[in-house]
Amino acid sequence: MMEAYLDNAATTRVCDAAAQTVLKVMREDYGNPSSKHMKGFDAEQYIKKSTEIIAGTLKCQPKEIIFTSGGTESNNMALCGAALAMKRSGNKIISSCFEHASVYSPLISLKDFDFDVEFAPVDELGHIKLDELLNMIDDNTTLVSIMYVNNEVGAVQDIAGISKAVKAKKPDIVFHVDAIQAYGKYRINPKKEGIDLLSVSGHKIHAPKGSGFLYADEKVKLRPLIFGGGQQKNRRSGTENVPAIAGLGEAVREAYEDFEKKIDHIYSLKEHFLERIGEVQGTYVNAVLENQVRKTAPHIVSISFDNIKAEVLLHALEEKQVYVSSGSACSSNHPGISSTLQAIGVKKELLDSTLRFSFSRYTTMEEIDYCIDVLKELVPIYSRFTRR
Amino acid sequence: MNYRAFLIKYAEIGIKGKNRYVFEDALCDRIAEKLAKVAEGFDVVREQGRIEVNYPENYDYDEAVSQMQKVFGVWEICPAYVIEDASWDNLAKKTGDYVEERYGNTKHTFKVEARRSDKSYPITSPQICADMGEVILKRFSEFSVDVHNPEILLYVEIRNMAYVYSESIKGPGGMPVGANGHAMLLLSGGIDSPVAGYMVSKRGVTIDAVYFHAPPYTSERAKQKVIDLAKLISVYTGPIKLHVVNFTDVQLAIIDKCPRDELTIIMRRYMMRIAEHFAYENKCQALITGESIGQVASQTPQSLVATNAVCTLPVYRPVIAFDKQDIVDIAEKINTYETSIQPYEDCCTIFVAKHPVTKPNLNIIKKSEELLTEKIDELVQTAIDTDELIIVGKHKKHEED
Repeated sequence: MMEAYLDNAATTRVCDAAAQTVLKVMREDYGNPSSKHMKGFDAEQYIKKSTEIIAGTLKCQPKEIIFTSGGTESNNMALCGAALAMKRSGNKIISSCFEHASVYSPLISLKDFDFDVEFAPVDELGHIKLDELLNMIDDNTTLVSIMYVNNEVGAVQDIAGISKAVKAKKPDIVFHVDAIQAYGKYRINPKKEGIDLLSVSGHKIHAPKGSGFLYADEKVKLRPLIFGGGQQKNRRSGTENVPAIAGLGEAVREAYEDFEKKIDHIYSLKEHFLERIGEVQGTYVNAVLENQVRKTAPHIVSISFDNIKAEVLLHALEEKQVYVSSGSACSSNHPGISSTLQAIGVKKELLDSTLRFSFSRYTTMEEIDYCIDVLKELVPIYSRFTRR
Repeated sequence: MNYRAFLIKYAEIGIKGKNRYVFEDALCDRIAEKLAKVAEGFDVVREQGRIEVNYPENYDYDEAVSQMQKVFGVWEICPAYVIEDASWDNLAKKTGDYVEERYGNTKHTFKVEARRSDKSYPITSPQICADMGEVILKRFSEFSVDVHNPEILLYVEIRNMAYVYSESIKGPGGMPVGANGHAMLLLSGGIDSPVAGYMVSKRGVTIDAVYFHAPPYTSERAKQKVIDLAKLISVYTGPIKLHVVNFTDVQLAIIDKCPRDELTIIMRRYMMRIAEHFAYENKCQALITGESIGQVASQTPQSLVATNAVCTLPVYRPVIAFDKQDIVDIAEKINTYETSIQPYEDCCTIFVAKHPVTKPNLNIIKKSEELLTEKIDELVQTAIDTDELIIVGKHKKHEED
């Protein structure tokens, strides 16, 4: 039986170059980068190299990169770190209503420290309603956080435009972007796009789990969340996870090599998928306008199905070795209705009937065809029996 | 020579007349199996009315006690001092030594409790109590006697040797597993059925289990949860053969043909039929369920009539008259609660009607089942033939096989 792993927005296969580097660092160059001897120096070189590769992709300075354990930590560090550092200037934070839990939850927890948090609405394509966002900005606003690519439906924000409008209204606002689903799929230039803080996760781009970074513009003040030995210029203590950082560097290098070709391949997978999904009865594509596929993220498709519970279809697909997500895998353990789908106005009866298919550069056309063929076989079977 | 051992007192099996050895042997075996997990070299011996456990030089005391506390039939575990030469002068001295080592000469009240199963021993039990009390008082100036509420209850038991002990650790009670037949548990992922299995097993019954899996309506995680639950209760019940039955097609046939409000009842009748098949195949004398009167629509007295009607074996329902909280209390005690409340859907809930029948009429249910005649036997047979067998809680020596 063919296997089709179409859950790349949840996590990806580690690329060979990254895996080999990780193994080499663990087995040979395992020194502590803070050690003064040669082993320590060798380890430090891996961090330096990864930092340079990443800074190169963002056109920023190496010192603006802070390595973290992944996207969740990057978002926490950015939001809590910046909000607390700027508390004297103001206590209002603005975000959107369909952020990932790793943005939403730290913001809610900041309410306990007397912060005022507001969430701007989005339209049915998942675009922030900019006017409403701007109306929320007041003298106390210090921080705005907007996600680049939505993890559930693949909607893409006009980050540069939003940042420009926000800063026109209040120039000293720090602008954070959750780019966990965007980095590696877009060329991002924080300085040009007006991004002050940018969160990235390694395992979404073929690097190991437990890797990631936060880009922080040198002008932004961050209060550290983790205190200790003062590593990473005191911004994030703890012995650096050298194997993961080295692997992340390799994965980033590969992601941005032949970049346009890779992204074009992923877009063509999405276009093919969307062309064929109509062959499956009772399906609805969320947050994509016809002929405007390339205005959405290349790797994420959200489909709602009439009369099928998402989880049932997910497990039926699993039996055919097709792996997808219902909602977002990170929150799949909490059986709740996706707030993203609600935010973009998916019909109530379809909220619980929506699957996410997500691709990577390793995904093939054959896998897409196989997935569609399997859906054509399964959907009529499972839409017959429904819960009442 | 003197040495230390655990003296195990057992619960009800002492009253079992001629069959007593069956119970005692089962208890010895169960204790030995548990202790084999702790260390090699434990020796479990039957003594009149007691079991003596001799331990190896190196072992983890707390772990050994904790393992024995999971053996049904164990009433009390007493870490004892065994005195081979029970002649009075030696007994008096060694008992004193035991007290010295354990308590030193610090302020304590005490009482001596004696038992003489070796009737040829020249001193009677009351006399041993009195004389030993005097010995202790003489040797330990800080000790005083309190026959009503002593801090230390010092037991002296004379058998072919003498046993001295002052600590009794509670066991679970019940009867040793293996002494009372074999039963098939209908295990769901819920709170009640693991508790039901535990309770019946506590009466000495060995247990196998059936789980109804309905992919893709129920997930691998739901199945793993049931395997985990079986493992958790196997700590008490011993190894469990878990039959995982793919119930999807039977369930879909019922949904297709029968009135939706009768779905759960009819489904449960087929579950009972299939469970009974495996029960007979495994030489069980009963089925076990976690049903409790009125808890859900399928557990009203009328519903129980309907599900019970398909069975020829007795159905043990140990929690039938328990309140939910009482069941939860046991689930917490036996460590299944946390696993049971993991939120994975089981096949009973997935298609449940908004208003299921609560007072089903058996004749109407039978009529509805006739709608299934065409292919249900074949589907049931397939479900039975394709069961996946998972054995959990194997003993150490089996694991090496």
